[in-house]
Amino acid sequence: MVQLTMPELSEDLFPMTTHHHHHHEAVAGSRELPMARSMCWHCQSEVTGEYLCGQCVKVQPLSKELDYFACFKIPRLLNIDEQQLEQTYHELSRTFHPDFYSTKDESEKTISLGNSAFLNSAYRTLKDPIQRVEYLIRLEAGAVKDIRSNPPADLFEEILELQEDMESFRNLSSDADSTEQANLRQKLQREREHLEARQAEMEKALRAKYHEWDTLQSQNADPGEARDQKNAVLRSMQEILSNRTYICNMVSELFETTG
Amino acid sequence: MSRIVGIDLGTTNSLIAYMDDGAPRVIPNPDGVTKVPSIVGMTDNGLIVGDPAKAHLTRDPARTIYSVKRFMGKGLADVSDELKYFPYTLHEKNGVIRIEIGEKTYSPPQVSAMILKELKRRAEEFLKEDISKAVITVPAYFNDSQRQATKDAGMIAGLEVLRIINEPTAAALAYGLQKKTQGIIAIYDLGGGTFDISILKLKDGIFEVLATNGDTHLGGDDFDQRLIDVVVQEITDTQGINVQEQPDLVQVIRMEAERAKVRLSEDTETTLVVELPNGKYEKTLTREAVESLVMDLVERTLAPCRSALKDAGLQAHQIDEVVLVGGSTRMPLVRSKVEELFGTQPHSELNPDEVVALGAAVQADILGGHNKEILLLDVTPLSLGIETMGGVMSALIRRNTTIPTSAKEMFTTYVDGQTSVDIHILQGERELVKDNRSLARFQLKMPPLPAGVPRVEVTFLIDANGILHVTARDIRTSEAQSVQVKPSHGLSDDEVEGMIRDSFKFAEEDIKTRQVIEARTEANAIIVATQKALTRASNLISDKEKSGIQRVMQQLGETQKGDDHRAIRAGIAEAEKETHHLAEVLMDATLKEALESKNVSEFVK
Repeated sequence: MVQLTMPELSEDLFPMTTHHHHHHEAVAGSRELPMARSMCWHCQSEVTGEYLCGQCVKVQPLSKELDYFACFKIPRLLNIDEQQLEQTYHELSRTFHPDFYSTKDESEKTISLGNSAFLNSAYRTLKDPIQRVEYLIRLEAGAVKDIRSNPPADLFEEILELQEDMESFRNLSSDADSTEQANLRQKLQREREHLEARQAEMEKALRAKYHEWDTLQSQNADPGEARDQKNAVLRSMQEILSNRTYICNMVSELFETTG
Repeated sequence: MSRIVGIDLGTTNSLIAYMDDGAPRVIPNPDGVTKVPSIVGMTDNGLIVGDPAKAHLTRDPARTIYSVKRFMGKGLADVSDELKYFPYTLHEKNGVIRIEIGEKTYSPPQVSAMILKELKRRAEEFLKEDISKAVITVPAYFNDSQRQATKDAGMIAGLEVLRIINEPTAAALAYGLQKKTQGIIAIYDLGGGTFDISILKLKDGIFEVLATNGDTHLGGDDFDQRLIDVVVQEITDTQGINVQEQPDLVQVIRMEAERAKVRLSEDTETTLVVELPNGKYEKTLTREAVESLVMDLVERTLAPCRSALKDAGLQAHQIDEVVLVGGSTRMPLVRSKVEELFGTQPHSELNPDEVVALGAAVQADILGGHNKEILLLDVTPLSLGIETMGGVMSALIRRNTTIPTSAKEMFTTYVDGQTSVDIHILQGERELVKDNRSLARFQLKMPPLPAGVPRVEVTFLIDANGILHVTARDIRTSEAQSVQVKPSHGLSDDEVEGMIRDSFKFAEEDIKTRQVIEARTEANAIIVATQKALTRASNLISDKEKSGIQRVMQQLGETQKGDDHRAIRAGIAEAEKETHHLAEVLMDATLKEALESKNVSEFVK
């Protein structure tokens, strides 16, 4: 069953992660302070602590504008120290997790729940190199604009042919001449290995771009010029990512078909 | 802050534990028994729970409920395959199974609440304080409806359920705490009715679940059933008895089959004996033979293990330790299959029956604010999504996502002036709606505007219990919208309220039954003791006194058959008065004997 209402869980108190890329309203550029309010929601005194009110020690809701990188107090780089990330995650979990608010009042419970949900999404996204770059692109480029909805030209033919082969393999499966089936299976498996190799290549290319991005981020270049260079890197990463998505989908479909 | 207890509400057995000076302990009954069989019997005098109900099972199977956990959060269609194994009648109301006993019907949470109340009473007696707060464990692979049903059961039993925690994770807490383990561990939990596998990373007091998988319809009960089927068939064939028509006989066979299975974990051969009206049925069983009967069931646990490893991004050899939980892991076959898969010898130092309850007590301690060192980060076992065009499920939160977690989805209209959008929430891993679990439906109100203009954002939040909460907000007005969610397989709030009220009625009957049973037991003890005393003292008291005592005993014997505990108590008092002199006489005689024997022994020395 689903709990009916939780009126306190309103957007005004804390932010929640947007899972769905299309609706994400990304924050570009500016670096917000971690906390939304400088005033404690409970005692109205100025919040001096980082997450807890210095006066009444109540937990404070994370800012609506807080992005995942800022949440972990790291710059927007793509090569990150994963051990450090985990350590920060553990520290923040100890600050926010609902287990530590079980004896507190409803408002604090709600804030802890919201902060925790945000933190978990942030960690999940940043931990994974692919999700990390996808998130960074959304963050830096604003709303996703030029996602390609068609497969890239050089893959298009290959994908069509594969679809046909898979279709005939599926039709064979029930009452089949076993040599024909075996041959087709072998062919599909070869294709899969080929695609997996391409996927690995793409990921290598993507890693190279990570480095390019990180270098640009660390330089103190002329803002306008740097922006153009950055956008170029973002676009090429986006292109690799969308090609990669096609390959990934094909690979998993091949797995399902041939077993 | 009042004490929070930890409860393992199992398919076959339930336990309750508490934190005793930093160490979790399971609460035993006065005889030292920790397990309460998850069985409820409806007698003419009210409810009986646990061991007495187990005895009731073979006498009155149609009014004895067991394995009710299998029905939690389910509709009738979900359990159609198993119906033939249960002697009572089931039907469905508002998507929830109802169990028919005589003229009354009970929902599974109501029956579970009866077990919870028995545990609560046991803890209150042991700790000598009121218990009102608990952490209750569920199989990790339980879906939202099953978790909510468990929470409802707690409420009906008068318990505030502070947390629903996954059984394998609870086991990991107890294990990790005791062994001070660090690294990657796998918990293989095969209980009476469910199987779970969870993979965790333990580091500096953080217990992070990396992945979990399982089967909520696979456990020791299924092993028993294989054996039962063989025995029933043989008895039917060789003895000319139609066993299926004798539910009490089926229950006798069930118990003997379970016992034989348990013996075969120690011995390589055993004999299963069933008393029949026209004689005895005996069957010699070898461990090997029973293993081949259940081989495919044990192997069915391996696929979820592989999936969990894959989701955790790990190879089997990267698991540092494998921990066995649940009674069924005592089977040597299970142990060897697990060892084969993970390539490491599994641990079973902690009592596999108790470790889950112990872990629940540890979690209770954390929630009570007494333990700041340990933190459990669990995951949601199943993907959560909504129905989209063409009967396809669109996933919003993927399985094995750390909870709490949330996802948002924007909704709009397709037709000008459309005022509502229907939303269907699902849980599962399949592509099509029909292959997944329907959790709930709700209707989103839309302002009457041209198509595509309204924008309502819905937030799906899974809390730390793994239970879903839904909120909605109109983006244009920024106003929160109340969402009336109708669960597909859950009790409504009103129904739960009604059941809480009913449970007080049961409680009264309960107390009455208990009082009658206690008075009756005491009366019987007095009758037996008096008969013994009369034999011993035959030469010490007058015939008149003797016949007086005999008369009172006979009266007491009659009274204790009735249901009036006050009358039985009065009879006991009368008997005590009447036997007072006899007791004195005997005491003197015993004393004299004791003194004499002492003298003799001293003399000998």
